[in-house]
Amino acid sequence: MFAYYLRLALLSIRRNPVLSGLMMAAIAVGIGAFMTMLSVHHFMSGNPIWWKNDVLYAVGVDTWNPNETYYQSRPELPPQQLTYRDAKALQASDIPTYKAYMFNVVGVFQPENEEIAPFIERGRMTFNDFFAMFDVPFEYGGAWGEQADRRDEFVVVLSREINDKLFGGENSVGKRVVIDGREFMVTGVLKEWHPAPKFYDVTTGAFQEPEAFYLPAQLYETLQPDRSGNTNCWKPENLDSFQAFNNSECTWIQYWVQLDTREQQQRYADFLHAYLQEQASVGRSARPDQYLMATPEEWLEINEVVADDNRVLVGLSFLFLIVCLLNTVGLLLAKFLGRAGDISVRRALGASRLDIFRQQLIECGFIGLLGGIAGLGLAGVGLMVVRKMYRFEGSSMMDGEMILVAFITAVLASIAAGLWPAWQICRVPPAGYLKTQ
Amino acid sequence: MLKMQNISKVYRTDLVQTHALRDFSLEVAEGEFVAVTGPSGSGKTTFLNIAGLLEDFDGGSYLLDGEDVSNLNDNQRSKIRNAKIGFIFQGFNLIPDLNLWDNVDVPLRYRGFSAAERSKRIKEALEMVGLGSRMKHLPSQLSGGQQQRVAIARALAGTPRLIMADEPTGNLDSLMARQVMELLENINEQGTTIIMVTHDPELARRAHRNVHVMDGQVTDFTEFERAANKRERDALGG
Ligand SMILES: Nc1ncnc2c1ncn2[C@@H]1O[C@H](COP(=O)(O)OP(=O)(O)O)[C@@H](O)[C@H]1O
Ligand SMILES: [Mg+2]
Repeated sequence: MFAYYLRLALLSIRRNPVLSGLMMAAIAVGIGAFMTMLSVHHFMSGNPIWWKNDVLYAVGVDTWNPNETYYQSRPELPPQQLTYRDAKALQASDIPTYKAYMFNVVGVFQPENEEIAPFIERGRMTFNDFFAMFDVPFEYGGAWGEQADRRDEFVVVLSREINDKLFGGENSVGKRVVIDGREFMVTGVLKEWHPAPKFYDVTTGAFQEPEAFYLPAQLYETLQPDRSGNTNCWKPENLDSFQAFNNSECTWIQYWVQLDTREQQQRYADFLHAYLQEQASVGRSARPDQYLMATPEEWLEINEVVADDNRVLVGLSFLFLIVCLLNTVGLLLAKFLGRAGDISVRRALGASRLDIFRQQLIECGFIGLLGGIAGLGLAGVGLMVVRKMYRFEGSSMMDGEMILVAFITAVLASIAAGLWPAWQICRVPPAGYLKTQ
Repeated sequence: MLKMQNISKVYRTDLVQTHALRDFSLEVAEGEFVAVTGPSGSGKTTFLNIAGLLEDFDGGSYLLDGEDVSNLNDNQRSKIRNAKIGFIFQGFNLIPDLNLWDNVDVPLRYRGFSAAERSKRIKEALEMVGLGSRMKHLPSQLSGGQQQRVAIARALAGTPRLIMADEPTGNLDSLMARQVMELLENINEQGTTIIMVTHDPELARRAHRNVHVMDGQVTDFTEFERAANKRERDALGG
């Protein structure tokens, strides 16, 4: 019987293309707007490392201005990033399973192939633990060896994209690349990896593409690279030389650890507290109780990756969907009542009210499905605009889950819109329209 | 087959009350072909609609096929209409965007027959009314007489015990009217009870019995010789 009703729905749409088209358009516009906003929200509020949410921690210690907290609205929080001194000191702890400080640099690539002009890319200096800690997938090779974190070794890990560009996607492990005039040996090439939000560093945009290359942070003082990213300073001090900057109270480094057990977590908290006490005792500005260990989820929350206005937009677009549906209710009523004659014939020939009710609702669901497909198209266009506006890069924002949600919403919404009209029409008396012939 | 006693039906609108039927009593036996005549507005359609369970009545009693139908709910009435009664209307009332096959299919769908069973019945019914070769046509591609034959096929396909026809020839010219009438006579000869409202005295005379309705009441019975003779013959011949 379901197939029969579907066929009737198709016939009815063909018979009444304008009214049906208007209904689909109303649903499509409503679904399009709602799905755009919902996808943006879904995309923004994702936790790309959810499976390690209870063992990974963003670390912060408060060695900020004694006269002013870093966040005015949340004075209990330490600064978003660390100073170089603090980062190096924390890296000495052997409590975490994995630990890595990290920061952005830029480098100029000089390809061997002379046909490719030199180009500039963002890179990340960090530790070998970075890759294990964040489950970064490798296509070829792997991270550099641990010794490269202690002793200068000119080694590099490339993103898949840059490996495509430099080596045509071939296995480049063991090959050399020239960055800023120096040769580096490739130890690994990543698979495509686009965590969104880019949880481990949200300072230059939470939806930025990951870096093109990774170097051991050990090389920082040797290479003295151009840094890229956010730097925040509070202390009036001399920042003229490389050395002076590194010794300053400026914060510019991200820090992450993996702590697998409760006991590790407690010990690490104690460690941070003790570290800050020690810093205070040697006369640095430090707030011993203001240290932070935030899970990825908490970290995204603290950094307001999902803005409040985004939630408001989801709500508004939902209201808009409801307005579109109310329109649809009117159109459906008009359409159904226009068919009262046929319905009373069906009733006379033995259709029960429930039969008629079902027939109408299946038609509504079908229109909703078609409207939903059109709505997905509109949402696709909407998301393209949003990406341009917000500079979201990388992975697609409309995943399978969202597409499923869109269809279910469209079908349920139009069935809901059809309930009242279908109820009205199934109560048409069977004799009513036959007599007036 | 059908037994109505003192049925009354009142239509109330804001301004007026119309007694469409009052003290309407009628019995129709199984296998009969009854023609209902009477002036316009006398209550013929109202009677037919009540008899066909399309409408409720206000007073009196009605037994259909031995069953008291006054207290049935909408669902039960739909089932009885579907299984026991075939309707033929003056305006044909085919569904315009369904082809002949699908139009005849409508009552069978609600009956819950299997696809094979429906297919067999649709073919038989359309062949019986001489339209077996045009099953994929739309109603609008047919003449009025052909459309009414489709409506008859639709009424027949579910093999009802009773056929209600409200001025089935009212919109047809006399030649087509006669063809439709012959079809109904054939159906009746195979045992189906038929109640037919008509204005045409010539057609009415071909029924077994005429019931004349006036002001919502049965005023007159006429039993025709031909029919009476036939019944006697049947009784004698066995
Ligand atoms: N739905 C209705 N509402 C109000 N009055 C009606 C309705 N149906 C029929 N009537 C009235 O009832 C009377 C009988 O109508 P009807 O049975 O259609 O007569 P006929 O079929 O003999 O022409 C008429 O006076 C008609 O106006
Ligand atoms: Mg009438």
